[in-house]
Amino acid sequence: MELDVSILSRIQFAFTVSFHIIFPSITIGLATLIAIWEGLWLKTGNPQYLQLAKFWIKPFAITFGMGVVSGIVLSYEFGTNFSKFSEMAGAVIGPLMAYEVLTAFFLEAGFLGVMLFGWQRVSAKMHFFATVTVAVGTWISAFWIIAANSWMQTPQGHQFVDGKFEVVSWIEVIFNPSMPYRFFHMLLAAFITATFVVMATHAWYLRKGQHIDFGRKGLSMTLWIALVLTPLQAWVGDLHGLNVKEHQPVKLAAMEGIWAEKEANVPLLLFALPDMKAEKNHYEVAVPGLASLILTHSWDGELQGLKSVPAADRPNVPMVFFSFRIMVGIGLLMIGVALLGAYLRWRGTLYQSNWFLWPVSLMAPTGIIAVLAGWYVVEIGRQPWIIYGLVRTSEVVSPLPAERVLFSLTLFVLTYSLLFAVYLYFMRKLIKKGPAPIDHLQQQRIGVKASGYALSFTKTLATDAETSNSPATETKGAY
Amino acid sequence: MELELGLGLFYLLLLGFAILMYVLLDGFDLGMGILYPWFNSDAEHDHLMRSVAHVWDGNETWLVFGGVILFGAFPAAYAAIASTFYLPIILMLIGLIFRGVAFEYRFKSDTSKKYWNSAFAIGSSLAAFCQGLMLGTLVQGVPTDFIDQSSFSWLSPFSLFCGLAVMAGYALLACCYLVMKSRGELQHKAARYGQRLVLIVMLSMLLVSLWTVWIEPEIRARWFGGWHALWLIPLPLLSMLAARLLFRDLGRVNRSHKAETAVQQRHEERPFWLASGLFLLAFVGLLVSVFPYLLPRQLTYLEAAAPDSSLMFMLPGIFIFLPLICAYTLWGYKIFAGKIEDYQEGY
Repeated sequence: MELDVSILSRIQFAFTVSFHIIFPSITIGLATLIAIWEGLWLKTGNPQYLQLAKFWIKPFAITFGMGVVSGIVLSYEFGTNFSKFSEMAGAVIGPLMAYEVLTAFFLEAGFLGVMLFGWQRVSAKMHFFATVTVAVGTWISAFWIIAANSWMQTPQGHQFVDGKFEVVSWIEVIFNPSMPYRFFHMLLAAFITATFVVMATHAWYLRKGQHIDFGRKGLSMTLWIALVLTPLQAWVGDLHGLNVKEHQPVKLAAMEGIWAEKEANVPLLLFALPDMKAEKNHYEVAVPGLASLILTHSWDGELQGLKSVPAADRPNVPMVFFSFRIMVGIGLLMIGVALLGAYLRWRGTLYQSNWFLWPVSLMAPTGIIAVLAGWYVVEIGRQPWIIYGLVRTSEVVSPLPAERVLFSLTLFVLTYSLLFAVYLYFMRKLIKKGPAPIDHLQQQRIGVKASGYALSFTKTLATDAETSNSPATETKGAY
Repeated sequence: MELELGLGLFYLLLLGFAILMYVLLDGFDLGMGILYPWFNSDAEHDHLMRSVAHVWDGNETWLVFGGVILFGAFPAAYAAIASTFYLPIILMLIGLIFRGVAFEYRFKSDTSKKYWNSAFAIGSSLAAFCQGLMLGTLVQGVPTDFIDQSSFSWLSPFSLFCGLAVMAGYALLACCYLVMKSRGELQHKAARYGQRLVLIVMLSMLLVSLWTVWIEPEIRARWFGGWHALWLIPLPLLSMLAARLLFRDLGRVNRSHKAETAVQQRHEERPFWLASGLFLLAFVGLLVSVFPYLLPRQLTYLEAAAPDSSLMFMLPGIFIFLPLICAYTLWGYKIFAGKIEDYQEGY
């Protein structure tokens, strides 16, 4: 088989960006949760909040590290694999990414050191400030990268001069039609992803009968958060869908499996097997008229179908169709869990209902799967365009020998598979180890203002260690 | 050649600043991994990693910053350089991945510690080597049909040598940083290795300079044509002076340990600044050689520059945020100032 460099480069980008998005999806929400816990601890003095913050900061640290290293790859991959795209659209995308680095990456990195290692070196308030800054940094980062991606989905504010894009209005480029919806949709998705990772872990502790108070506190908080955020996400998602209908009708047609050029009274397909050759669906299970109702707010509203454009301008319909159903399915499941949790809480049996805790403890990866599925809808649904309606993806790859891209792709698959296994292993290890006991936390004397404190503290430790002759236990046992 | 004062030149200088910051900051950081095999005990390895664990992320951000400034301000150069150096960039990224995650996993591991030690050492060395390799190729220049099959042009004796030279340079920065951040036997060791590395680095710089002047007529003309040599002579002279002082300071740290007297603080701190100065001078020398090219003999910074609308748009961001970034980065270093203690702080 002849290797196609364009396909290989696209697979490599899809693979590396999919791997990357797993980690920010968790850290955006987790940083926010940790900031909330630290703030509550400062406000109420309740050590349970400190325990939550200090436990979750460890999974946060390894997740953040994975996000950083896999993110650096992406900032160079535009150039290595899509050199023609970089040259053509660099004047639009490049400055947006420069702003991301200036306003977010440096901010996160600068304060992360204090957040992770500064507990004994700055005051408790200063530490809280560092944590909040890291959290806000993750939001800002999401803002810029979503702006850049949205411009590629719904481009405006540019002109085309000598084969290159030039910006006429930056406001129009940044606040392009799909940007606000996609930004809030993604930010909420990240919050929900982290919420369910935390919720599942705490449900697991309760199910195992370990760290009961800790387990309850975390489960209770995350169920409240889910009760607010998951329905909100459904509403934002619906608005986003309407925006797609308006600006990327072919993507919407693929999501809903609509083939006819124009169709009124469109049914909502619960299941179907879209067939791109025959240009129709098999085995449809449908609710009549519901898609029209949702998308046009009228039973006989008209929607544009896939056949309105030539076959060459359509995305891979089954992939978009199924990814969309996976995302929506998980979203509905999450709403169900949040509602059921609220009901059990009202009944007063939440912490005893093992039949509820057991499935919830398995839901840690659901948010991540939904995020990935959602991004597949977005990215596959936009194909064959890299800049929607203007530039085709296959036209802008680097003219590299295919073997070279195959080599790098293999290298990435091996590296990332290994790292993902390692990541899961350490997450499991940290979760199994559980939180530090509350009295241990208070011994650590966080928030000592003098930065020279660390030094004197260390010296007392060193003398302690000498007398007990076991320096290793002190470092190993440190939480 | 006339210097045209404008946005293009500003961004060229900004790019230079980003690269220099990256090389200095991630230099000592990567250098820690290059030095790693020369330290043996777990305690020493702990110390090496802990001295940079709180800053490595920020240091690597300068690499991303350099990348996006190139992307945003000189898209054509970003596209050409990134695809020309496809393999070295990918290998560098893989190296950075392994050494980056080693920070988190090594401190949380029991049985797998030895693998994270190798991941850190090999990853750091590979990343540094690839950076040197690309630098060497850039100085040397690449053929016109560069992206295609011929793009193994980055593989030459000269570029391989540059790869090793950059590794030695980073290791020197790491030694100087360690002298500042440690005490006792470890500091003694760092000073000793540092002295040897000063000699190796100076020898490499001499070789690279002679080699480029010899193989590239344009660079020869730049340095020796007309009165140029007279203007440029301070560069090598100052380098030699910096190296001399650096060697002496490290020697003093060394001798204090032998005589078992206290090491003076200024002798602990000055080496890092002298080594940085050495890097700065070498970098200016490099700029003299390749200006005005971003991809030598192919693409100048003016040809590659983005339209003014993009260059203007980034200006406020740079003027507002870059000073802030420098301020809070400095603050971060201040908070963790002083020696690294053998007690695990933090989360």
